[in-house]
This record gives sequence, structure tokens and C-alpha cells, in this order.
Amino acid sequence: METLTDQNWLLSVGVFLPLVGVLVMMFIPRDDESTHKTIGIVTAGATLVIGLITLLNFDYDQSEKLQFFVDAEWIPVINSNYTVGLDGISLPLYVLSMAVTFLVMIYTWDNMPDAGNPKAFYMLMLVLQTGMAGTFVAQDLILFFVFFEVVLLPMYFMIGVWGGENRKYASLKFFLYTMFGSAFMLVAFLALFFQTDAVSFGFAHLVDAGASVDRDVQIWIFAGMFLGFAVKVPMFPFHTWLPDAHTQAPTQGSVILAAILLKLGTYGFVRIAIPMLPEGAKAWAPVIGILAVIGIIYGALGCLAQTDMKRLIAFSSVAHMGFVMLGIATLTEFGINAAIFGMVAHGLITGMLFFLAGSVKHRYHTLEIKRLSGMLVQAPRLGWILGFSAMASLGLPGLAGFWGEFPVILSAYNPNFGLSEELFRTLMVIAAVGTVLAAAYLLWLYQRTAFGEPSDEFTSGHGSSDGDGAHHGATPQPVGAAVNDDADHGDEIYDVTPIEWVAWTPFLVFIVVFGVYPQLMFQVIDPAVTDMVARLGETLGP
Amino acid sequence: MIAVVSSVLAQASEWVSPTIDWHALAPEIVLVIGINIVLLLDLQLPDSKKWAMASITGFVLLAAFIPVVTLWVIGDDTRSLFDGRYVIDEYALVLKGLFLLAAYVIVLMSQTELEEGGYYQGEFYVLLLCSVLGMVMMASSRDLVSIFVALELLSIPAYMMAAWRKRDEKSNEAGVKYYLLGVFASAVLLYGMSLLYGATRSTLLTDIGAALSDGDLIALEVVAVVFVLCGFAFKISAVPFHTWAPDTYEGAPLPVTAFLSVASKAAGFVALMSIIFIAFPGADGVSEPLIWTLAVLTMTIGNVLALRQTNVVRLLAYSSVSQGGFILMPLAYAGDPNAGGSALNAVIVYLLVYAFMNLGAFAVVMAVTRKTRSAEMSAFGGLFGYAPGLATAMTIFFASLAGIPPLGGWFAKFNAFRAVLDAGTTSAYVLAAIAAVNTVIAAAYYMRVLRIVWMDDAPDGDTSPIVTPAPIAAALGLTVIGTIVLGVLPNIVARFGDVDTLTGALGS
Repeated sequence: METLTDQNWLLSVGVFLPLVGVLVMMFIPRDDESTHKTIGIVTAGATLVIGLITLLNFDYDQSEKLQFFVDAEWIPVINSNYTVGLDGISLPLYVLSMAVTFLVMIYTWDNMPDAGNPKAFYMLMLVLQTGMAGTFVAQDLILFFVFFEVVLLPMYFMIGVWGGENRKYASLKFFLYTMFGSAFMLVAFLALFFQTDAVSFGFAHLVDAGASVDRDVQIWIFAGMFLGFAVKVPMFPFHTWLPDAHTQAPTQGSVILAAILLKLGTYGFVRIAIPMLPEGAKAWAPVIGILAVIGIIYGALGCLAQTDMKRLIAFSSVAHMGFVMLGIATLTEFGINAAIFGMVAHGLITGMLFFLAGSVKHRYHTLEIKRLSGMLVQAPRLGWILGFSAMASLGLPGLAGFWGEFPVILSAYNPNFGLSEELFRTLMVIAAVGTVLAAAYLLWLYQRTAFGEPSDEFTSGHGSSDGDGAHHGATPQPVGAAVNDDADHGDEIYDVTPIEWVAWTPFLVFIVVFGVYPQLMFQVIDPAVTDMVARLGETLGP
Repeated sequence: MIAVVSSVLAQASEWVSPTIDWHALAPEIVLVIGINIVLLLDLQLPDSKKWAMASITGFVLLAAFIPVVTLWVIGDDTRSLFDGRYVIDEYALVLKGLFLLAAYVIVLMSQTELEEGGYYQGEFYVLLLCSVLGMVMMASSRDLVSIFVALELLSIPAYMMAAWRKRDEKSNEAGVKYYLLGVFASAVLLYGMSLLYGATRSTLLTDIGAALSDGDLIALEVVAVVFVLCGFAFKISAVPFHTWAPDTYEGAPLPVTAFLSVASKAAGFVALMSIIFIAFPGADGVSEPLIWTLAVLTMTIGNVLALRQTNVVRLLAYSSVSQGGFILMPLAYAGDPNAGGSALNAVIVYLLVYAFMNLGAFAVVMAVTRKTRSAEMSAFGGLFGYAPGLATAMTIFFASLAGIPPLGGWFAKFNAFRAVLDAGTTSAYVLAAIAAVNTVIAAAYYMRVLRIVWMDDAPDGDTSPIVTPAPIAAALGLTVIGTIVLGVLPNIVARFGDVDTLTGALGS
């Protein structure tokens, strides 16, 4: 493959730079908390700068081609190479992962979870960052697998050490589910490798050679990959780890999980399973479509039944990822474009919602919806941001969420490659009902938490509420500080703090920017998707 | 009678001393000299200076390592001694290196354990070196007799080492159990070998290979093959021949447990590989289904039993049983024309990686139990809080054992999967699927331990820091670096596994 730029070092630096931060932190004593926080933020910031340089140097006229391509020998004995590259599909997710990590770290400056120990926390986040970024640029199955798995342990510990009450159960469940999927995924990778003459694990080779594998074999191999990716997405019925993991994870963990980790699964479908196994993809598309729609409805109904705000947001992820998977299942350019847009939009919006849940928990010490009310009165800015994010999440036109859902529904009207129109049009209708349900549960959530009068529980002793930010700045939450009596939370309900503004503004801005001008992202994704679907067309016919 | 004697004498007169390649035998010779030095010095040294024994033993092992390196660097041509009964090729050298390195780490681990426990030191190291000599010989043995001699030489000292904590009932139990079952296994093995000799009229593996490939197997040959394989199944603690392992591992001093679970087990696998690849290619109709079944049983039952353990040492014992199943797995396709080469590679790579991560796991457990005085899982609570270094090391080893990239274990497991799927048959896919499920089960108990290390509170709130003695720290350093490097740059180890001379021996 020809090299498009001479800056091929960019991706490797972007992926491995966080590990440098980890190394440095390793040699600094644990008590030096603010140094660790600074190093973490600086490293993540430097990584983001590398990401932005990548963004600037990316050749948008050729976004269907892999850029910054590196192909170095890694494990010649098993024909696996260190191959990294970036095209229009990877680019948004790659940069998103860097931005989210950086913002989460900034947020953590003031909002360290109760278990303390920022040294370990920041180190884990940096390792996580390497795994996520690496997954999005890997162009070799084994390299992909390694990065895909690297994220497991840090997330396991993040949930398990800094999580909520039920964290041990949730973290183990998360770990075992993912491990289960990836074990079969690895077997599927190997099967594909041997079915294509055992020459290379490189994506380019496998996309060329995979199409000629027997249809039955493709279906089996796809099944293995399906297990691996579907658990990660998560698709119904493999989603049960998600509500537990999300609910128990610390805010930072939830945000990263929702914004990036879930995308590893959908990205795997778009990047690996479908292009490499066209026949398998076509055979599985109806199954994926049906499960996706079940996920949409099930997730929505699950949301309506929740009494806990964070759990509700977690279930809404199941529904949103259902839309993404439905778009992918249509195998149309339109659907896959929308799916990738949806991944980024969901990352921004749901990430934002989890931030809000974290901040609410921080102030009210509860996320029980029926105990919260009148947020607009007590913390108006917080309340408005919640409203804004809820609107974005339910797919209001003009905000990013809309472009992830609406085109998906449209695309299901006309699935590609002779997939059953009756089936997909039925799915389309059901998915459309899902958007109504989404509006219902989000508005209902907003109504119950933000409207009305603040409950008595949180108003007693409510003194000075004017100096929102300054108030907090004067008394930063000490890590692991003893919480006051349940009855006496009143004076802790403060509005959005400066640190929160810093961390949240980019999310809010981009939700609007992508909502108003979606072409900004579509123009990057589209050539790559068109190219991919055209390749599918070569095997699957018109 | 006289006629017999005279015919023997007549033969003797024709006997010419074989030419001996001294360089090829140098590692063994260094070890023999070293054993004598350690033995003699031990007699002279006063008790107050016995600590020097460990260092001397370490030097002996490193000295024996030098000729292994020079042999590796010099040559690619196989050095064959005694009519091909003792062969020094790449395969043998890689494994000799493995045994010597593993033994070196064991010596590092033993030092404090023996000193603090007040156990005999000189004798221990002599026995250890004898056992290592047996292993080093095993790697080169290509004849039933030399394999058996090597096996006994490596096993008998280990029986005694298992019972080294002589005032401890459990340690005595460990030694006796290991001894009785080990002797029983040797008997089974010897019986199988004698049948094999009867059927093929040779003890040389290549001759046996030729004889077994010659037409269909007769019943006697089938029985012989089964007996030999079962004999080794004891040594590598494959289910259902694993029953000695947990009790022995728990009772024996921890360095000895590490030694048994890594070096001794690897030696069993080495013998098994030599025999399967050189002597039994013609018997794959018998050996492969048998190994397939053993592998499935071993990984599954080992895992299921490990799930129920509450003691970390016992857990590691069962986990090592289950890992044995993974190592065994590729051998089920040793005779496959596609998968044969990658099966050999997979087993060697697994043994190398496994040595690092399992030795490391035991070293951490040693370091921690010096403080907690208990290997119960709950005793590891809060470790991350008061000993983050050890907790991180433990995380690295356990995650590596669970097969999580980028730590060494993933490549070992991956390579085993690769070898099996290379065969491409339905049974291979079934085996791979069973193994995939087993990796998840294994992850469950490894993660359970890590969960306690990271997420629980220290028992009784005892968070006094742990002082790790320098030798154990050195052992930890070696194994941590090894585990990470092998995971990130697996090609280092994969290259060592890429030996084809063993199967090449068939042609010679």
C-alpha cells in the first residue's frame, strides 16, 4: 500500500504516549497526589495534541485510504505484523477516544472517587487510552486482538476498586462476559487465517481473501466474531453485564465505557466481521437486525422501569447501540454511515449523561429518581445541561443524536444486497416506536428530576446559593470525606463548578456542532464506507 | 553359561570407545562438577556460612548455561552422540536453557525460605542440581533407556525436596504421596517401555518410530503406547493422573512447589514430545485420541476444581494442572502434516512462557506469605493498598496466566490455539471451542484472586509494609520482565520454538 504522508510516526506516538506517562508515574510516590493528576492530564493532553495533529494532517480527499500507514515486522513466526493505519471510519473514533480520556482526567481533578489513590487511577486510565486508541488504528487481527484485550484489565480494576457498593460482582461479570466473547473471537480469527491460506493477519489481505471462503464456513467464522463483538456492543441478549457495570462503575469509568469501549464492538463489526466475511455478514444480517431492534425496545422498556438515574442511562445505551447495530445490519452505505455517526454521537451524549449522573450523585448522594426533584431550582445550570443532554439523547433534530438515529431508520426501509425488505421494514417500524419510547423515558426522567420543587430532604439548611462556582472552589470536596447526615445535604447542592465546565463544554459544543452540521463528520466517514460497501457488492452482487 | 559369557566377551573385544563431543556434553559436565563442589563445600562450611551455598549453586547453574549459549551460537548442525541416543539440537538447547534458568530462579526463591526455616541448605542444593541434571539430560535423550534414567534422576531428588520441611506433617505427606504415585507411574512407564522394546526390538526412538510406522499396529504395540503415555501423564499431572499434585504442591516448601510445577512438569513434557514426535508418529491413531481426551479432561477438571479453592497455593496447583491441559492440547495434532510443526512450536513456547509466569506467581505468593503466614485467599486482602508493587507483580502474573494481552500468557495460549486450528479438522475445532470456554473459567478464578488483592481490605487491618528479601525481589524482577517482554515481543520466544530438527530426526 502506498504511503500517503511521511508522518507515519504519528499513530504509534499517539497510541503509546500514554504509557510514557504511566512509566513516569510509577516512580513517583503515591502520596504526591496532585503531581500524579498533573502528569496524567499533561500526558493525556499531549496525546490529544498528537491526535489533533493527526486530524490536521489527514488527507480528507482520500479518506477511504489508510493513512499514516505503518507495516513493520512484529511476530513473523505467526505472520502477524505491527500494522497501523487510519481511514475515515477510524479517525472520528480515534480522536474521540483521546478527547474523552483527556476530559475525563480533567473532571477527575476535583472528583476523585471515594477510594482515593489517584496514582493508580490515572495510570489505569492511561493504559486504557493506549488500548482504545490502538484498537482503532490496528490493521492486523492479532494486533487488534491485543489492543482489544488491553482495555479489559484497567476497566476491571476501575469498576472493582473505585465503583459502587456492588462493584465486585459487576466488575467480574463485565470481565467474564467480555473474556467469553473474545475467546471465541480469537478462535474465529484463527479460523479465518487458516481458511485464507495462512498467509497474513493483515486486514487488507483478509478483506481480499475472505470473500472467497465457502459460505458455510463464513457463517461459522462470523458466528465466532459475532460473539466477541456482540458482547462488547452489547447486543441483546448479551447485554446483561452492561447495566451492572455502568451502574457500579465510577463516573469516569461509566463515561469511558459508554463513550469508547462499547464502540470497540460496533467498530469490530464494521471494520472486521462484515468486510472480511461478506457472505457470513449477509446471512447474519437479519439476525443482527432482529436482535438490534429487540435491544431498542427492550432497552427502552428497561429504562421506563428504572428507579435509578444511572441505571436508566445505562439501559438507554442498550437501546442506542441497537440503532447503531440496525444501521450496520442493513449493509447499506446510508445505514453504516449513520451507524458510525451514531457511535460518536452516542459517545458524546451518553458520556455527557454519565458525567451528569456522577455530578448529581456527588451533590445529592443518591441517584434515586423519586428522591430528586427541582434540580432546575437548586442548580439551574446543571438542570439545563441535563435537559439539553436528554434532548440530544432522544434524537432531537439539530443535535448530534438525531443523525445517528433518523438515517438508520430510513436505511432500514431499503436494505442492501437482497436482504428481506419485509423484515427490515418491519424492523424499521418497531425501531421508530423505539424513538418514541426514548422520548418518553428521557422526558419522564427530566420531568421527575428537574421540574417541581426541591424535595425537603435537600433543602434544609439551604443557605447561600448565589456563588455557584466560587462556593465549590472555596470548599473542594475532600477525597473520601465523611458524608454528613442524610438529612443535611442542603448546603451541598451547588451548581456546575469551573472544572466541570472545562470538562463538559467540549461535549456540549460538539453535540451542537455535529447536530447542526453533520456533514463535518459524514464527509470523513462516507468515502471509506462507500468503498467498503462497494467491495461487499463485488461478492454479494448488486 | 560359559558360551554366553564368552560371546559377551567376544563382543566386548570389538567394542570401541565412542567418540565423545565434549563441547556438546559440557552443560552436563559442568553440572556434575558443580554438584561435587557443592557437596564437598557443604561438608567444610560452618553453619554460619551456609548461606553461601545458594550463591555457589547459582553460579554453577549460570556456568552450565554458558556452554548452552555457545552451542546455540556456534551451530545449526545437530550433534548426535552414541548412535543418536543422545542428541544436542536446537530443540534440546532451548529446553536446557529453560531448565537452567528456571532452576536459577528457584535458587533465588529457596534462599530465604531455607535460611529462615532453618532447613538443611547444602543437601537441598545438591538435590536440586541433581534434578536439574536429569532435566538437562532429558532434553537430549532419544532412547528409552536414557529417557528413563533422566526421568528417575530428576524425580528422586524431587521426592525428597517435597518433604524438606521435615517437622511439618503436610510436607511429609507431600513427599510420601509424590513418591508413591511417582514410583507407580515409573512402573507403568517402564512396563510400557518394556512392551515397546519387545514389539519393536529397539530402545532407540528413531528405530521405534520406523517400526511403528511399518504397517498396522498390533495389539501389543497399542498397549505399549498407551502405557508409555499414561506413565508420562502422571509426570505432567494430567487428569485423571493428577491426584498427587494439589496435596504435594500445598505441602511442599513453596520453592519446591514452583520447581515441580514448572521445571519438573516441563521435563515431563519434553520427554513426551520426544517420544510422540520421534517414536509415535506411526501410532497417531492411538496417541492422538488419547491425548485429545487427556487434554480436554485436564483443562476442564483442573479448572473446575480450581474454581472451588480458597487457598492460593492449592489454586495455583489446580491452575497448573489446567495449564498442563493447554500445553497438551497441540500434541493431539502432532502427527498432522499441517499442524505437526506448529504443535511442537506451541508446546515449546508455552513451556517457556509458562515458566516465567508461574515461577513469578509462586515468588509473589512467597513474598506475601512471609508476612501473612497464610496462603488463604483472604490473607491477600488489601495487598494493593499496602504493597502496591507486589500487588502489581501479582496482577501481571495472574493476568498472564489468564491469557490477557499484552502479557506473555496470551501468546502461549494463542499459539496453542493456532496449532490446533492448523489441523483444521472438526475435532480440532471442537477442542478449540472447549479450550476457549476453559480460558473463561480460568479467568474467573484468576480474577477472583486479583479482586481480593485489589478490592478487599486487609484482614485485621494489618497494613504493615512487606519487606521483600533481595533474592526474591531479583526473582520477581526477572519473571516480571520476562512475562511482559514475551507478551509484547513474542517473536523472541516464538523463534526459539521454531525448531524443526526434532522431526528432522525421523529422516536421519
